Amino acid sequence: MTKLHLRANTFTLLQTVTSVGLSALAWVVTGVRPIWNGSQPSERQRIYFANHASHGDFILLSACLSEKVRARTHAVAAAEYWGKSRLRRYIAEDMLSSVLIHRQWTDEAQNPISIMLSVLDQGHSLILFPEGTRNTTDQPLLPFRSGLYNLSMARPEVELIPCWIENMSRVLPKGQFLPVPLLCRVVFGPAVSIAPGEDRRAFLERARQTLLALNPRPDRDD
Amino acid sequence: MPPMHETMILVIGLVGVLTTASLVAGILSWRAPKPLSSTLVNLTQRINAWWVMVVAITVAFFFGRTGMTILFALISFAALREFVTLTHSRRSDHWVLLGMFGIIIPFQYWLVWTAWYGLFTIFIPVYCFLLMPAITALNGDTERFLERVAAQQWAVMISVYCVSHVPALLTLNVPGFEGRNLLLIAFLIITVQGSDVLQYIFGKLFGKHLLSPSVSPSKTWEGLVGGLAASSLLGALLSFLTPFSPLQAAAVALVACLMGFLGGLVASAIKRDQGVKDWGHLIEGHGGMMDRADSLVFAAPVFFHTVRYFWSA
Repeated sequence: MTKLHLRANTFTLLQTVTSVGLSALAWVVTGVRPIWNGSQPSERQRIYFANHASHGDFILLSACLSEKVRARTHAVAAAEYWGKSRLRRYIAEDMLSSVLIHRQWTDEAQNPISIMLSVLDQGHSLILFPEGTRNTTDQPLLPFRSGLYNLSMARPEVELIPCWIENMSRVLPKGQFLPVPLLCRVVFGPAVSIAPGEDRRAFLERARQTLLALNPRPDRDD
Repeated sequence: MPPMHETMILVIGLVGVLTTASLVAGILSWRAPKPLSSTLVNLTQRINAWWVMVVAITVAFFFGRTGMTILFALISFAALREFVTLTHSRRSDHWVLLGMFGIIIPFQYWLVWTAWYGLFTIFIPVYCFLLMPAITALNGDTERFLERVAAQQWAVMISVYCVSHVPALLTLNVPGFEGRNLLLIAFLIITVQGSDVLQYIFGKLFGKHLLSPSVSPSKTWEGLVGGLAASSLLGALLSFLTPFSPLQAAAVALVACLMGFLGGLVASAIKRDQGVKDWGHLIEGHGGMMDRADSLVFAAPVFFHTVRYFWSA
């Protein structure tokens, strides 16, 4: 079963150093700047959901949050990838304080929804990539998996904030390890919530369209 | 170290101009109805950014050739990052793009620092321009090949090659002007950047006839002529910094500022083609580095070669 290294309110020293270091690195490489377009920075409990094309995505997103918010916000990552070796697990859990979930699971103890809910129930926020994997296709955004809907049904009081991460697929494409310095912005959009009577598929598509609409340069073909 | 006397006059002059600007903006903001109009907010942001730029250049100034080389290498980095962000690239360009940042910038500025003039002038236009498309071809991805290669070369040309001619002024040997080359940089930056501001002011005051409406809605003939005349005069007033006579200084400033104007025009055309208003978001109120440096980029190589041809030994 996935261990959860969640302290009450704070990062470990290692996590703080890692998070400050990575945010500084993100700024040097990408000059990252948040654009609040429909929501405002807040210490409220939230699920930030974003497009996913690169390992750098969550670093960029967290770099846009305040130090205080960052210490209580955890990226959800795939246990199939990050749990593969001891080193990867150490990086993901002990350094980045991410939450590992299994995309394919049989054992109820591995149920990703209950793992994510247990984090929310400690008052913490999540960063979620609802496409479920890094997008390497020509489509701007893959269809969403149902986690976002299930989490919001179970904890409707948690705000769902769409976050469009710009350019990161060009900075650090899948399979590369050296980033090319390019300017990136993260656009935070208006909170979405499940409308009364809205079914799963309709909600997921609406959330996806809300995220897509945040892309500041949709005309670009790369 | 540059000579103290001229440096002090320069620093006092710049601080005086900026202090006046900040005071005027402060009084305007204080008397204006709240909330402040976006023009006033932008004016204050621009003046504040000017303070930061003057401080950065002054600090580099006191560290001499090393300081200037590092400062302009960083400016090249920021400008190249904006350029590459704006243009089309594909996943297969990853290593060429990395090389532009990781090899071309450091090597070109190392050549400036060691004053290796022969290689400095040909490293990018000969070796990089031939090898970069060769690497792209070897990668085998021919989709929009010419467009990608052209964008990469233009990016390196503008943001690295042209910008590196500013610190390269320190490598020139002008008889009777030894140890004072930093003042040439000050002369170039003040006249060209001053010309931008003067063209803007003359355009706002007297502008009627648009110069190139399809490229830039704000550039007018009145702004250009007034701005160039005023910045030539500024150049003549600053001739005490240079090896030029007042008349020569006015002529050199005129050429540099005309090139600066053309640089701004080309930068506007690129932005228009790419469908953006600013190059980036680095400098609050100014947009990106290239929004501020576009005129300097075109002026620097021509200024460099003018001084080299007519004055250097």
